[in-house]
Amino acid sequence: MTNAAAEAVQARSLEKSFGEWPVLWDLDLSVPWGETLVLFGANGAGKTTLLRILATHMRADYGSVAVAGYNLRTRPEKARRRIGVVGHRSLLYDDLTCRENLVYYGRLFGLKDHGKRVDDVLEKVRLSSRADHRVRTLSNGMQKRAAIARAILHEPDVLLLDEPEAGLDRESVSILGALLAEWTDTGRSVVMTTHDLDLGLDWGHRAGVLRGGKVNFPDSDSPDSATSDIRQAVADALEAGR
Amino acid sequence: MTGLLGPIMVIVWKDVLLELRSRDLVVSVVVFGLLVVVVFNFALNNTPGRSEELAPGILWAAFAFSAVLAMNRAFVRDQEQGGLEGLLISPVSRDAIFLGKALTSLIFMLLVEAALLPVYAVMLDFSALSWILILTIFLGTLGFAVVGTLFSAIAVQTRSREIMLPVLFFPVLLPVIIAAVEASTRAVGGETFIGLGRWLPLIGVFDALFLVICPWVFGFVVEE
Amino acid sequence: MANTQSMERPGSLGGLPSLKTALAAITGVMMLVDLYLIFMVAPTDSVLGHVQRVFYFHVPIAIMSFLAFFVVFIGSLMYLIKRTPKWDAVAHASAEVGVVFVTLALLTGIIWARPVWNTWWTWEPRLTTTMILWLIYVAYLMVRSYAPSQSKGAIYAAVVGIIGFIDVPIVYYSVVWWRSIHPSPVVGPFAQSDALDGTMALILLYSLITFLFFFAYMVVERMELRKTEEALGRIRFTLRRRGR
Repeated sequence: MTNAAAEAVQARSLEKSFGEWPVLWDLDLSVPWGETLVLFGANGAGKTTLLRILATHMRADYGSVAVAGYNLRTRPEKARRRIGVVGHRSLLYDDLTCRENLVYYGRLFGLKDHGKRVDDVLEKVRLSSRADHRVRTLSNGMQKRAAIARAILHEPDVLLLDEPEAGLDRESVSILGALLAEWTDTGRSVVMTTHDLDLGLDWGHRAGVLRGGKVNFPDSDSPDSATSDIRQAVADALEAGR
Repeated sequence: MTGLLGPIMVIVWKDVLLELRSRDLVVSVVVFGLLVVVVFNFALNNTPGRSEELAPGILWAAFAFSAVLAMNRAFVRDQEQGGLEGLLISPVSRDAIFLGKALTSLIFMLLVEAALLPVYAVMLDFSALSWILILTIFLGTLGFAVVGTLFSAIAVQTRSREIMLPVLFFPVLLPVIIAAVEASTRAVGGETFIGLGRWLPLIGVFDALFLVICPWVFGFVVEE
Repeated sequence: MANTQSMERPGSLGGLPSLKTALAAITGVMMLVDLYLIFMVAPTDSVLGHVQRVFYFHVPIAIMSFLAFFVVFIGSLMYLIKRTPKWDAVAHASAEVGVVFVTLALLTGIIWARPVWNTWWTWEPRLTTTMILWLIYVAYLMVRSYAPSQSKGAIYAAVVGIIGFIDVPIVYYSVVWWRSIHPSPVVGPFAQSDALDGTMALILLYSLITFLFFFAYMVVERMELRKTEEALGRIRFTLRRRGR
């Protein structure tokens, strides 16, 4: 599943501002293949902004970023095929069924055998029984699962998740956890933002804190102190963000 | 070019499916169109003797206002449910997204107009429903769809979207409305294609011009 | 990265103050001369009387309002392609000044029309096109201020500037052709502009040049104001970065 690119995500000197408000600056990030990177940070620190830039939804003002080996400024269309995104909105149409939504996205991505692929993916997120129900009728947790199905439908290499735990019931959380573990086991990568400290530390291989416009990694050698360092760093960031 | 057609048809298919499910666009716009005809009929004091003179104008006033209403909805659905974002992170080109939405608007508006036309013919005492008239309606509506889709993509992101679209739409589409009314008047009067003079070519030039320009600027409008 | 010097955008509007002063001086002098010419030197029209002098204001102002939109078009086009703020500043300033000019053009047009035709308005091609231009200017400025952010406002406005400019000639011709089918009973003052005697033509030309300078001065003044607004924004920007 991996391609020739050395890293799943590579960002250098990224800058993004909204008018007079700087959000990201001097941001460097490197995510190797097979890793789940978890990002913490206060509200408004720029986690969602960073993810949107990686998803090619937004363009950085300055700096370079490549996902799955494709420079987002010059080859965004190529990159989009290799990226799957789950954000706050499901990007699904309420009045269409799960299956119809997925078939739509399958066609958009130009998948050859989208019929079978849709079935597979619904199976993976345990929504096969609800395939022909309208998205409007699903619970929040199921809608999130349907969104995940949409994100992995085209078999991307990099998964971007923005606070995936939000609104998820326990069953959905475990389904997602299993999916992510399998994901990285096959050499693909995940970048995830979250507010849930325990969940993030459980799922992530590496954790960073978005603060002051850049990603900070606590530097320590042993995994145990790394964990407590992260907890401290997050607490500090939240305090500063207040 | 073929790379464009596929995604366009996918977008159209999705919007048609959505409309069949919710049915909230075509029906409400048809009702609105009827109301416009009734109001204009009384506002302009339409008596049987004046029908021939006033009918094409009332027709196109109704079409134009209905078009604005319909296109206001074109992007709202996508905006609310994140569908536009979904399109933007897919490998579909911005041109294809624009043309897909424009084609959808065109189809919906033609459906609305097809539903209204017989009613208008009766109410406004239309003498003839000719091919020329249908061609005029098609070309005029195409102009509405192309420019209207671009402007509704802008309007849907502004603070006062219901006002923003008409403010943008009407000044720019005035030539199409003028030409369409003139051409319709002659078409209803039994003129052939030649007799229509420059009016249809004017709409044609307008359509061709903006079919090139609007997809290009659309890319800038939807970029974050 | 944090010092203000690196915040300076490339191609920023240096040298503006001196240009502004020069333009202000030239405009001031020319305008005084122009007023003198219009009210003291120009012959009184035999048919219309003193009201006809509005013509020397109306025509240049109207021409300037269209020229201003051309500048908006160029600025918009360059901004979409290059994305340098300078072009957006040019387009924005030209639009704000232009809308004033086009409003004045309409008002002077009406002032002229009333005593002559006994009507306030006529759907004459030039006047109608000016009206549409006014509406497009308004749409341009509205979309700017109703947009969710400054940068998006600049882009939306640029789109309106381009579409609007291409549309204006089409509007004009459609009204001309429409008019040939539905002629108004008036011919009046607009015909007069084709039959000018020597003095009148010269004064008109001079007036045109005067208003050209006036327009340029106003645009530069507005751009300078915007430069100040931007400088303020940059200071806030830097402070916010430091604060985080």
